[in-house]
Amino acid sequence: MDMISIPVVNMTPILPEIFLSVLAMVLLLLNVFSPSGKKSYLAYISFIGIAATAVLVGAGWGGHIESFSGAVILDNFATFFKMIFLLAAGLTVLISDQYMEREECNHGELYPLILFTVVGMMLMASGTDLMTIFLGLEVMSVSLYVLAGFNRNNKKSNEAGLKYFLLGAFSTGFLLYGMALTYGATGTTRVYKIASVVGQMTLPSANIMLLAGMLLMMTGFAFKIAAAPFHMWTPDVYEGAPTPMTAFMSAGPKAAGFAALLRILLVALPTLQIEWSQLLWVLAVLTMTVGNITALRQDNIKRMLAYSSIAHAGYALVGLVAGNGTGTAGILFYMLSYAFMNIGAFAIIILVSKKGETNGNVMDFAGLGFKRPLLAVAMTIFLFSLAGMPPTAGFIGKFYLFSGAVQKGYIWLAVIGVLNSAASVYYYLRVMVYMYMKEPTEEFEWTQVTAPVALALIISVAGSMIPGIVPSFILEFAQQAVKLI
Amino acid sequence: MLGAYLPILLLVIVAVGFGLCSLVFSSLIGPKKISALKLSPYESGCEPVGTARERFSIKFYLIAMLFILFDIEAVFLYPWAILYKKLGVFGLVEMGLFIVILFVGYIYVWKKGALEWE
Repeated sequence: MDMISIPVVNMTPILPEIFLSVLAMVLLLLNVFSPSGKKSYLAYISFIGIAATAVLVGAGWGGHIESFSGAVILDNFATFFKMIFLLAAGLTVLISDQYMEREECNHGELYPLILFTVVGMMLMASGTDLMTIFLGLEVMSVSLYVLAGFNRNNKKSNEAGLKYFLLGAFSTGFLLYGMALTYGATGTTRVYKIASVVGQMTLPSANIMLLAGMLLMMTGFAFKIAAAPFHMWTPDVYEGAPTPMTAFMSAGPKAAGFAALLRILLVALPTLQIEWSQLLWVLAVLTMTVGNITALRQDNIKRMLAYSSIAHAGYALVGLVAGNGTGTAGILFYMLSYAFMNIGAFAIIILVSKKGETNGNVMDFAGLGFKRPLLAVAMTIFLFSLAGMPPTAGFIGKFYLFSGAVQKGYIWLAVIGVLNSAASVYYYLRVMVYMYMKEPTEEFEWTQVTAPVALALIISVAGSMIPGIVPSFILEFAQQAVKLI
Repeated sequence: MLGAYLPILLLVIVAVGFGLCSLVFSSLIGPKKISALKLSPYESGCEPVGTARERFSIKFYLIAMLFILFDIEAVFLYPWAILYKKLGVFGLVEMGLFIVILFVGYIYVWKKGALEWE
């Protein structure tokens, strides 16, 4: 009897993914077998699990292992991004419990879903096959659709979930069609093989099928990172989704989209860099400008941060247009610091807003500086970092992104970026003006800060400040991470 | 060359013949008790004529969704059954994992009460 030859599979690269999946399934069962009531212990187990996974991922730093016949890779690039995802998930878990308790939707399924989202994002970062990347994207997206609509008693949350699902499914179609065309043009779905096939083509820029494939894939990922003109879903989904999930969505999946986009454009299609950098130039300028200009007029702070998150995707795209070491390392640095400052800002929003997602306007921050000085200081640091003021992490991140563009001769792009950044200062400062210069319109009870939220805030403040003061430490990691791809 | 397809031709003839014979003989020698219910297009389904905007229970959707989930996953068991010996221990372990994951989902929907009609 002839045996089917079983490929030798090295499980090391996906060990963190396996660990998280098993943990998520255990939590799912724990949740149904435990009596209803408080679900805080699930949050604690998830947090410990995420921390353990971070140790597991960190142990793989410096390694370079290909597995599953080149469908998955363990390299520094994947490791760096996995750390960002775990960080975003860890902070989200910390700020979730109190919020979900208040909104009376503390269903235990929240934590397994967050963990599954992280598994999907990790697969996107470590996938070196278009199919693996797509699978990761789907695992991430399907969990996110549920998380966006998690507060099922809230109409806006339902709307967010449905909108995200419909538009997300639509954009997935673009992405998959692009992958199919790329496969048609090159005959392989392996990212590294695509690179060698395209490299051997006599005139790849004249291959219409390949160009169409690239264009459609870029469209699909532009949707996931919320780049204009594919950003229309962002404000509604970010406003409607439960606030901790909005924080998570703006940090994790955006970074995952960039991870996959970087891997495909820089590894598989570097020969077409002239073509895709031109497209991304337009995309970056549009994204920054649309995001910032629309954010100027927003009163709802979640909506304002949604538009600001669109603008930040634009800044990060500047680094990709440059496509050089400084620019791409800048993206990694920026995504990491963005996770800290954005989740931190959303944590403050949770504390200021009231049950039923009320009290979420910029005006409701009036008097925070007098009533809760520590919270106001933390919010000020996050907002300064988002605006890109020295000595915060946001400043250093933008500095590297724009200097990458200048090095490659994209002077105008850098100028537009800096102008945009200046415009954004207005709406970030507006919150600060309300916090420090206005009296609260009515008296009300401020929400208590629980220990997990306090821990999340301390981590976020440290993460928004320390990389800004001593950037070289994290930047060295980022530079090593992009060296190999 | 074409001879290789002879078994398929035989199968088609037998299948069509079986169907035809059943129909012909049951109409010739079967008892006929005609009632309004028996003559309707779907004997145990919905009323075929009437307003299309009828409401029916959301539970049907849940059951249909669960059915598709577990049905599709059961489909994966057939190829394994055919290649059971060739896949050896590796296949056994892989399918064991697959079924465990499936089982976790099954326990979840069961405990959540999704399988109860009332």
